[in-house]
Amino acid sequence: MPEVLIIGAGPAGLAAATAARRAGARVVVLDAAEDVGGQYWRHLPQQRPAGREEVLHHGWERFTGLRRELTGVEIVTGAQVWLAERHDGRPPTVHILVGPADGADRVRRVFDPGALVLATGAYERTLPFPGWDLPGVFTAGAAQALAKSERVAVGRRVLVAGAGPFLLPVASSLIRTGARVVGVLEAGGWSRLGRAWTARPTELLSASHKAGELAGYARDLVRHRVPYRVATGVIAAHGHDRVEEVTVARLDAQWAPVPGTSRRVAVDAVCVGHGFVPRSELAVAAGCQTGPDGTVVVDADCRSSVPGVFAAGEITGIGGADLALAEGTIAGTVAAGAAPTSAQRRDVLVYQRFATRLSDGHGIRPGWAEWLADDTLICRCEEVTAGELRDIAAATGSRGLRSLKLSTRAGLGVCQGRVCGRSVEELLDRTTGGLLDPGRTANRPLAGLVRLGELARTQGDPS
Amino acid sequence: MTTTGPARLEAADDPVSPGPTSEIAIVVDGSEIRGLAGQTIAGVLLAAGRQSWRTTARQGRPRGVFCGIGVCFDCLVTVNGLRDVRACQRHAADGDEVSTDA
Repeated sequence: MPEVLIIGAGPAGLAAATAARRAGARVVVLDAAEDVGGQYWRHLPQQRPAGREEVLHHGWERFTGLRRELTGVEIVTGAQVWLAERHDGRPPTVHILVGPADGADRVRRVFDPGALVLATGAYERTLPFPGWDLPGVFTAGAAQALAKSERVAVGRRVLVAGAGPFLLPVASSLIRTGARVVGVLEAGGWSRLGRAWTARPTELLSASHKAGELAGYARDLVRHRVPYRVATGVIAAHGHDRVEEVTVARLDAQWAPVPGTSRRVAVDAVCVGHGFVPRSELAVAAGCQTGPDGTVVVDADCRSSVPGVFAAGEITGIGGADLALAEGTIAGTVAAGAAPTSAQRRDVLVYQRFATRLSDGHGIRPGWAEWLADDTLICRCEEVTAGELRDIAAATGSRGLRSLKLSTRAGLGVCQGRVCGRSVEELLDRTTGGLLDPGRTANRPLAGLVRLGELARTQGDPS
Repeated sequence: MTTTGPARLEAADDPVSPGPTSEIAIVVDGSEIRGLAGQTIAGVLLAAGRQSWRTTARQGRPRGVFCGIGVCFDCLVTVNGLRDVRACQRHAADGDEVSTDA
């Protein structure tokens, strides 16, 4: 049995693994992907290693350094955690299936770790808009993943839109993958962005390489004459069976489209992301307390509310890779029974301030509901429209999220509400005048897709 | 080569300088599509210019990749007879038989 089990091999998980190893613990790291690095350091596969991977990555040498330090750590890739079996007062039993993604013959393993570090990261939140289900509409993260690990550009003439600094590296990657980026649209306006990013300028000095990274992306946009527009968004996509055009409009401070400002732009792909959602289902399953925004509540040692369970990185609050690295270092050190240095603690504080700017400048505003039409899909899996959500809520008079999910089927499809959950919740909250049971969309007893045949088999390998 | 839609950057033009790799071939709905070892099934399909390969149950609408990181399940295919495999997560193996319902 490992002394420290770490779930997730992105920046937080790798920092936790190396820190716990340095503190002398036996460490096992699990990741669902075929290689370590997470979404942030996604890269070409081992079968096709890049000569110059750093072209697509800031801080690539930090990753190669961490990877070198993993000697003596057991890394299990292709590992789908499907169940965290809760216990009182100690870490959960972790059940995994190892093998090709969604395979039928994966090998079961079970872990009862002394300490568990959850470093499961985040996935993107894309707000619904008319036509967002058309092929050729991607999340910004999809464009990034395909560029980094496949060298595939999602289109030749691409618009990048949404909110937050993540749009910039996505545009850079698209350019370096052969696409023409026709624009980057940020929903936040200058006044809000300016307030968030120019307040307390001395703070930014201590995170100056972060500013340098953003400046690098900005240089890419200038060099390739890519317009960057603020207070602007994609409010509709058009096409028969693939996206051919999008409607772009100015957005007011609440992100509602400003009448009379819309125009059509011809594209063959559009990449949209409005922020990130912590991937907290394992933490919820383990019994960890979460905050109203779905993040896992931790103390300065990255301890969750469950003894022996730690959380680091995006699941404790969206803050980027540097904060994830700093938190992972704390979590791994404490999980291994050692004490972090004061410099390591200071790093966390520096990058937490950066995270505050992120949410102040780019956090989602409620006006987005104004760009929905009655026939706009909200739940992509079950194909439930905005009109249906409103009509069923009105017809049943219910203010219960659970019962409204059952009667509308929104959020009950195969993605289990990961894509639409928060949007469904926000729309129903407004339609009903306030839900009685908000925040239920992160509660998923099974963390991954499992085939019944795999469960029925008893070839468990309790390691 | 088409001038619209998704495309893979040729190694010779690629600033990342990918190393040499072997070619693979998968069979998609009876037609052979070539790809590179280490690509996902979604990567092979997109590099071949395919943007969608599934049809939704209720409205019969086309779907392909949306999230690209295994979260949305829009890209599901059947691989060697096994249904509900996420094309963006499954690495393509030479000779894989892929069927879509498109």
